[in-house]
Amino acid sequence: MSSTNRTVVVTGIGATTPLGGDAASTWEGLVAGRSGVKPLEEEWAADQAVRIAARVAVEPTEVIPRPQARRLDRSAQFALIAAQEAWKDAGFTGRAGEEPGVDPDRLGAVIASGIGGVTTLLDQYDVLKEKGVRRVSPHTVPMLMPNGPSANVGLAVGARAGVHTPVSACASGAEAIGYAIEMIRSGRADVVVAGGTEAAIHPLPIAAFGNMMAMSKNNDDPQGASRPFDTRRDGFVLGEGAGVLVLESAEHAAARGARVYAEAVGQGISADSHDIVQPEPEGRGISHALQHLLERTDLDPAEIVHVNAHATSTPAGDIAELKALRKVFGDDTDHFAVSGTKSMTGHLLGGAGGVESVATVLALYHRTAPPTINVDDLDPEAAATADIVRGEARKLPAEGRIAALNDSFGFGGHNVVLAFRTV
Amino acid sequence: MAATQEEIVAGLAEIVNEIAGIPTEDVQLDKSFTDDLDVDSLSMVEVVVAAEERFDVKIPDEDVKNLKTVGDATEYILKHQG
Repeated sequence: MSSTNRTVVVTGIGATTPLGGDAASTWEGLVAGRSGVKPLEEEWAADQAVRIAARVAVEPTEVIPRPQARRLDRSAQFALIAAQEAWKDAGFTGRAGEEPGVDPDRLGAVIASGIGGVTTLLDQYDVLKEKGVRRVSPHTVPMLMPNGPSANVGLAVGARAGVHTPVSACASGAEAIGYAIEMIRSGRADVVVAGGTEAAIHPLPIAAFGNMMAMSKNNDDPQGASRPFDTRRDGFVLGEGAGVLVLESAEHAAARGARVYAEAVGQGISADSHDIVQPEPEGRGISHALQHLLERTDLDPAEIVHVNAHATSTPAGDIAELKALRKVFGDDTDHFAVSGTKSMTGHLLGGAGGVESVATVLALYHRTAPPTINVDDLDPEAAATADIVRGEARKLPAEGRIAALNDSFGFGGHNVVLAFRTV
Repeated sequence: MAATQEEIVAGLAEIVNEIAGIPTEDVQLDKSFTDDLDVDSLSMVEVVVAAEERFDVKIPDEDVKNLKTVGDATEYILKHQG
């Protein structure tokens, strides 16, 4: 069991997002080009410059029993819902150990979030100030710790091979999946539950991102606010939710007769070393990550037909990403159907890599690229660099092996590119 | 006015229901918080704080470990309530 460079496949998928409470309804929303962005109706939102966000379609407390929910941060609630769906979807019924399909010592969990239990931290600070020391919840620490979602998912499935939480802002979810692929490839685990989650729709993060000029202030048109690659894009819209994959060695999946959605080919990673928040304008760091992916895997650029772009709808970032794709892949870029699904889900920060990996895998499985909505006036620089899937979903080649990329970049200059392909 | 034993048990039942999801009718004098009612050590802290507020009583941390059953807690509250 210590073999290296083993093939890794995706055998389970789960999500809870602004478009739906599970992966199927999320996918349906993506293909239909539905926006999950709504006005923030809360009283605190009245004072904010940004008064829109993409909340989950199904409140987690409708799914998780109250006694369990009250000791989980909202980000852990999302992660648990998505992970349990993915676990069942992979054909597992109980926890590892009770469940014969997987050895707990060969099972891992890697769930990331960009910010961690920020709502718990801030809400409990309010309790401290308003009601005093004695009233601060004894569950606060396990709720606010950034590894809380991963630890809770690990407990739920019975993972003992390792439970991890890489943190790299908005690249966190993708880094988690990349880490999980490496765990299996290096022989540390046979099955890993991996993805990203985020729950940061709270007045403080919204005020802070708003003051950075990073978010769209298009409050009058919530559904049109997230518009990657459009000339009128003015920043991202904050989303929340989680996306989780069950990754498995191909041998392990074959031995138990599991359904395989796609192969998880590998990851490319780099750091910009340019600025703490600004993307490097020519996309050099992103190019480096793409080159790293090509050097470390047997991915054939001729097979790539789809890119789920990071595309947050910020003026600088969207174009830098396209330039990097063109620089590394040259004319092959012409057959990449590039989709910006944040136009519909908003930006889930550390959850984005998880949800967008779910979208990328389903795009291959259904051979359909979801659209980028709200591209009314395509940025000429985008038009000259890549083929953006606008307005409506697009069919991908019906025959032959096809591959797709999922890009994720984070404040701090973190770049993670994941590659998947059909089996 | 001080709460009666019956009122204290009913109040604890509501608190345990809220925190651990146990049906109120299952919360009875002879029941152990940890063994019967799904109240772990962190949740016990929540039960104690909620009980302090509801019955106007102070339960110091060093006394909490002696409150094994609903009966122990009821008796403690009866004796110490303000």
